[in-house]
Amino acid sequence: MYDFDYHKPSSVADAVKLLSADPDARAISGGQTLLPALKHRLNRPTYLVDLSGIAELKGVKREGDKVTVGALTRHIEVQNSPEVKSAIPALAHMAAVIGDIQVRNRGTIGGSVANNDPAADYPSAVLGLGATVVTDKRRIAADDFFQGMFTTALEPGELLTAIEFPIPEKAGYAKMRNPASRYVMVGVFVAKTKGGVRVVVNGAGPGVFRQTEMEQALSANWSPDAVAGIKQASEGLNSDIHGSAEYRAHLVTVMAKRAVADAG
Amino acid sequence: MPQVTLTVNGKNSTVEVEGRTLLVELLREKLRLTGTHVGCDTSQCGACVVHVDGESVKACTLLAVQVDGCQVLTIEGLAAADGTLHPMQEAFREYHALQCGFCTPGMVMSAIDLVHKHPEGMSEREIREGLEGNLCRCTGYHNIVKAIAAAQDVMHGKRSELARAAE
Ligand SMILES: Cc1cc2nc3c(=O)[nH]c(=O)nc-3n(C[C@H](O)[C@H](O)[C@H](O)COP(=O)(O)OP(=O)(O)OC[C@H]3O[C@@H](n4cnc5c(N)ncnc54)[C@H](O)[C@@H]3O)c2cc1C
Ligand code: FES
Ligand code: FES
Repeated sequence: MYDFDYHKPSSVADAVKLLSADPDARAISGGQTLLPALKHRLNRPTYLVDLSGIAELKGVKREGDKVTVGALTRHIEVQNSPEVKSAIPALAHMAAVIGDIQVRNRGTIGGSVANNDPAADYPSAVLGLGATVVTDKRRIAADDFFQGMFTTALEPGELLTAIEFPIPEKAGYAKMRNPASRYVMVGVFVAKTKGGVRVVVNGAGPGVFRQTEMEQALSANWSPDAVAGIKQASEGLNSDIHGSAEYRAHLVTVMAKRAVADAG
Repeated sequence: MPQVTLTVNGKNSTVEVEGRTLLVELLREKLRLTGTHVGCDTSQCGACVVHVDGESVKACTLLAVQVDGCQVLTIEGLAAADGTLHPMQEAFREYHALQCGFCTPGMVMSAIDLVHKHPEGMSEREIREGLEGNLCRCTGYHNIVKAIAAAQDVMHGKRSELARAAE
C-alpha cells in the first residue's frame, strides 16, 4: 500500500471541505472495499477522510411511509434493525447475505452504494424500491443515480449522507453468490411499490438494470410462474472466470422466481 | 507520523504508525502479538480476525489509525491470568478442531463473536454459515463446528463444562 495522510472530521461540512480541497483525497467508511483496493495499489490517495466519526450519518429512522438509513449504517445494523425488519424485511435479508460477518461488522450502506460495484447487493434494493439517494447537496432518484460499472451521479467530493427507502407493499431478493468471494454472481430484487412493480437485476451486467418484461408479467400476475418462462438476453452481460454471459442470463430467470417466492 | 492509543488485551499502548499501517501489522510487528495470522491479501481467509470493541473484524482490512481509542482483543487475551482457557479454546482442544493451527486464532475469535450474536443458540447449519469468513485448509470444518456447538452451551450457561470428546 502507498502511504497517505489521515483525517477524521466530525461533521459532514468538514468532511466535504477536506474532500473538495484535493481531487486525490478519498473518503473511507467501512474500508471493506477501499482497503483491499489500496493493498493492491489500485489507488493512490493523498489522504483519507474517515467518515466514521460523523454522528449525523448514522442510524435508521422510520417516518411515515419511508425508512431512512444513514450512509454510515453498517450491514450488520441493517440486518438487525427492528425498523428495517418490520417495514422492508427483504432489505434486512439482503444485508444478512452480504459477505461474511466480519465484512458486515464494518461495511456500510453508503460505501456500497457510492461504490456501485456491479457485483454488490445494495444497488438492486435502492433501484428496486425506487429509493432516493441523499447527498450533502441534493437528492437523487435511484433511476438517475446508477450509471454503470463503478459509476454514479455523485460528483467528485460529494458525500452520500443517507438513503430513503419508500416502504413497498411487498419485496423479495434472491442471490446466487460466488462461493469464494460471496459477492453477487446474479441477484434479482422484486418489489410491488406504489409506483408499480419493479424488477432489478444485479451482478449479471456492468451495472444494475430493470427487467421490464418481468415487471409487466408480474404486474398482471404476481407469482413465480409469471416469470418462469421469461428469458433474459445474454448480450451485454458479464462473462468472466466465474461464469459466462449465457450462464448469468439463465440465472436471472431462476433468481427472479426465487425473489418472487421470497416476497410471498 | 500519526500516533494511535488503544487498549489491547486490557493493556494501554500508544504507538507511532504510518497512515497505511494495518491493524494486523500493528499487532504483529509493533506489539509482537503474533497469534493473529495473515493468510491472504484479499480479505477472504479470516486468519487475522480479532475483536474491536467487542465485534469480530479482519485486522488485515482495518487501518491502525481507524482503531484509535478502541478496545482490541486478540487470541492472546482470551485465557484467564492463571492460564485457564476460554471455553471456546477449551472446546477447540477437546474436539480436535485444528490440525496445522494456522486458521485457529481467527476461527476462535470469529466463533466467540458468533456465539455472542446468537444468544438463542445456533443450529449446526447456522454455525457453518456463520463461518463464511474463515477458511481452513486442513480440518474439513466438521470438528470446528462440533467445538463451537459445545462451547456455545458452556458460554450460554447451559452446561457447566465440556463433555470429554465423545466422537
Ligand atoms: C471478503 C469480502 C466479501 C464481500 N462480499 C460482498 C457481497 O457479497 N456483497 C456486497 O454488496 N459487498 C460485498 N463486499 C463489499 C462490502 O459490502 C463493502 O462494505 C462495501 O462495498 C463498501 O462499504 P464500505 O463502508 O466498506 O466502503 P469503503 O471501502 O470505505 O468505501 C468504498 C468507496 O466508496 C467511497 N465512499 C465511502 N463512503 C462514502 C460516502 N458516504 N459518500 C461518498 N463516497 C463514499 C469511498 O471513497 C470508496 O471509494 C465484500 C467485501 C469483502 C472484503
Ligand atoms: S489475512 Fe486473510 S482475511 Fe485477513
Ligand atoms: S487447521 Fe490448518 S488451516 Fe485450519
